[in-house]
Amino acid sequence: MRIGVVTFPGSLDDRDAARAVRIAGGEAVALWHADADLHGVDAVVLPGGFSYGDYLRCGAIARFAPVMGELVKAAQGGLPVLGICNGFQILCESHLLPGALVRNDSLHFVCRDQRLRIESTSTAWTSSYEAGQEIVVPLKNGEGGYVADEATLDRLEGEGRVVARYLELNPNGSRRDIAGIANERGNVVGLMPHPEHAVEPLTGPTTDGLGFFTSILKGLVEA
Amino acid sequence: MARVVVDVMLKPEILDPQGKAVEGALGRLGLEGVTSVRQGKTFTVELDGEIDEERLAQVHELAGSLLSNPVIEDYVIREVTS
Repeated sequence: MRIGVVTFPGSLDDRDAARAVRIAGGEAVALWHADADLHGVDAVVLPGGFSYGDYLRCGAIARFAPVMGELVKAAQGGLPVLGICNGFQILCESHLLPGALVRNDSLHFVCRDQRLRIESTSTAWTSSYEAGQEIVVPLKNGEGGYVADEATLDRLEGEGRVVARYLELNPNGSRRDIAGIANERGNVVGLMPHPEHAVEPLTGPTTDGLGFFTSILKGLVEA
Repeated sequence: MARVVVDVMLKPEILDPQGKAVEGALGRLGLEGVTSVRQGKTFTVELDGEIDEERLAQVHELAGSLLSNPVIEDYVIREVTS
């Protein structure tokens, strides 16, 4: 199973995402922002970082990168895509996911080990978890406050598309403690915390993040 | 040369923590009676030649896609100078 990881100018976590894919048992394929070709991968991770320096708005310029034109089409056709942190921002800017991420309500950059509850296991990226499972993974963002209008938030809740929620502390002012959401089909998931940093005991607070990567590999094998 | 000035502001219902921080600072610096501060962006776009309706329509389209995110922001084209 070949999982693409896109590198934009300013991506930081592409190597960790590729490593997480390999630890989960997949083959990581490096994709380049300026190359309008997904090279036949089975799924794509948009990693964290500061694409294009976060200029204008986080993810606003990356959305127009050549690789994104192909990615948007493929995602609309069902290709599994996981956007982590800056990747989540890019997915919202691309309108693959509703809503937007705005400046943390505290105005501070937040970096901590964050407890989450997995709310939906019916997405391509969360099937390895149990519904309601609590996990701890790193979180690090300056503009991670999830916002959408009330009707959109109600629809996300009603359709079971809130994928993960912050527990104990809402680190960034996200509406309804939302840490991650999915599209209607469940193939596109955006997540503000970083599961790719919690896949090995040596470097992560836990290995709880591995489930996102084993989920997609398991799903692809079964498909 | 033509010039188009585009203002982008967060929608009123979106919390603006930067504006809030500025609001607090204005009060601390002695400005009395500040009830609200909202922080936005201004883009001054300079173009070669004249600006016609077609180019202005293009600017509108890009103001609503690249320069602003319509989920959280509104834009206005404040000034068009040919």
